[in-house]
Amino acid sequence: MTAVVTLSSSVRSDAPAAPKLETPRYRRTRERPRWISIPLRFLVPALLVAAWSVGSSSGLLSPEILAGPPAVWQAFVELYQSGQLLDFGLASLQRAALGVGCGVLIGLVLGVLSGLSALGEELIDSTMQINRAVPFLALVPLFIAWFGIDETFKVVLITVATLAPMYAYTYLGVRGVDRKMVEAARGFGLTGWRLVFGAILPTALPGVLMGLRICLSLSITGLIAAEQVGTREGIGYLVTLAQEYNRTDYMVLCIVMYAILGLVFDAVVRVIEKFAMPWRQLSVTR
Amino acid sequence: MSAAEAPLPPLAPRERTATTAAERRTGSPLAVSLSGVRKSFGDKTVLSGIDLEITRGEFVVLLGPSGTGKTTLLRLLSGLEPPDGGDVLVPRQRTVVYQEPRLIPSKRVLANVSVGQKRAQLTRDNARRALAEVNLADKERAWPATLSGGEAQRVALARALVREPELLLLDEPFAALDALTRLQMQDLVGDLVARHRPAVLLVTHDVDEAVRLADRVLILDNGGFAVDVDIDLPRPRDRNDPEALRYRATFLAQLGVGRHSSTRQDIS
Repeated sequence: MTAVVTLSSSVRSDAPAAPKLETPRYRRTRERPRWISIPLRFLVPALLVAAWSVGSSSGLLSPEILAGPPAVWQAFVELYQSGQLLDFGLASLQRAALGVGCGVLIGLVLGVLSGLSALGEELIDSTMQINRAVPFLALVPLFIAWFGIDETFKVVLITVATLAPMYAYTYLGVRGVDRKMVEAARGFGLTGWRLVFGAILPTALPGVLMGLRICLSLSITGLIAAEQVGTREGIGYLVTLAQEYNRTDYMVLCIVMYAILGLVFDAVVRVIEKFAMPWRQLSVTR
Repeated sequence: MSAAEAPLPPLAPRERTATTAAERRTGSPLAVSLSGVRKSFGDKTVLSGIDLEITRGEFVVLLGPSGTGKTTLLRLLSGLEPPDGGDVLVPRQRTVVYQEPRLIPSKRVLANVSVGQKRAQLTRDNARRALAEVNLADKERAWPATLSGGEAQRVALARALVREPELLLLDEPFAALDALTRLQMQDLVGDLVARHRPAVLLVTHDVDEAVRLADRVLILDNGGFAVDVDIDLPRPRDRNDPEALRYRATFLAQLGVGRHSSTRQDIS
């Protein structure tokens, strides 16, 4: 190879040394069949469940430490047939939905106000930073003193827990919106709420939806704390119950239910992302 | 290169310049060699088996209507997008200037010029020299956000030149600039290319720009080169020179605009 190069360059000695040409190394995005995406998402959880199953049946995991899948399944069937499972799930879902709904709404409004105006930022931001710094679990005793141990307390606790992340992500999203686009939209007469809903929020939506995801998973943490007192239904109540009677099968069942709840929340946000932002897949680097 | 046969109205007699582009080409080493390059997006074929050779020091301008694959061809050469088939051979040292400056907002101008290179005194000195060449020596500590459009684009040009590319790829680098700045930038690029002698592929919509800068003009149409002609005019070029005007009219006609658009069928 080198001999050939030397030969040709000695023949054309008048020409400058030829630059070595090469094929560029292209960054290939490997084409994957579309169907494989969903199995891939379930791969690692499925492996974990398989390891759990093998560990239990081989005796490596004693039932006192962790109940095996059959025991958990039995607990599930037991609770399902008594109708408690559905009631508990629905009760928890309702509390989470109410709390997240309030938290997201307030966080969204405050985030937009703070992101859009300097005055808003000065008025709101420091308070929200305080809210973010105080762990909401520390507020449980105080909230019980204020709101009692009924539903109000539970919803308020989740609201307060989800307020800060929603605010922070909305603020970030709104600040990330192209100022020039806002300027142009204002110039064409888009003002006030029409500007916010017509131009700013849709553009800030990726951040807002990320905030929503985090709020939904935070609401599960809030549920555990809230449902430990003053209720006879809900997954958090089931956790307390399992602890009292040292039933690892119930404990694992609760964890599985939380996991499923988390998956459902995530799926909901994914669907929203897909349908609420049809313009996102269109952008290409050209 | 089938496009070379595309019949054009009689143009400049070759004796006008000391050496014609074709003469300069023979004996020069190749900087780009494409053979049978194909590319399609979905069912739309943008490049159907094109062949192209560019020699070192040659200034090639690629014209063509929107969506004919000009930028795709440039992305193939820069290594950003793989072809569906065919061979792409380019030198290792190749740089790109895009339509937008694409500077990193968190780096000062000097750091943007030397981005991705080893941190060394020599690198900084080279970057300073490149900035001086684009007349921005006093801006090395500035943040990109404080630059005007033309200044930012000159920084992008300095960033491309500081690596001493053997192939300089320009993707409509003047399109977003105002008309006066554009003329200045065209002269600047012309000077810098004459000094550094890389092979250049400039993608543009601007026929005047092509006639002003090119050694050779290609027009891409229907997945192939509809035109491949040398422009043998002395430099610096006068845009009102009758020869230049004739090239301009021919290219515009090929692109389907201008007075001669009705005769497009006769040409192609």
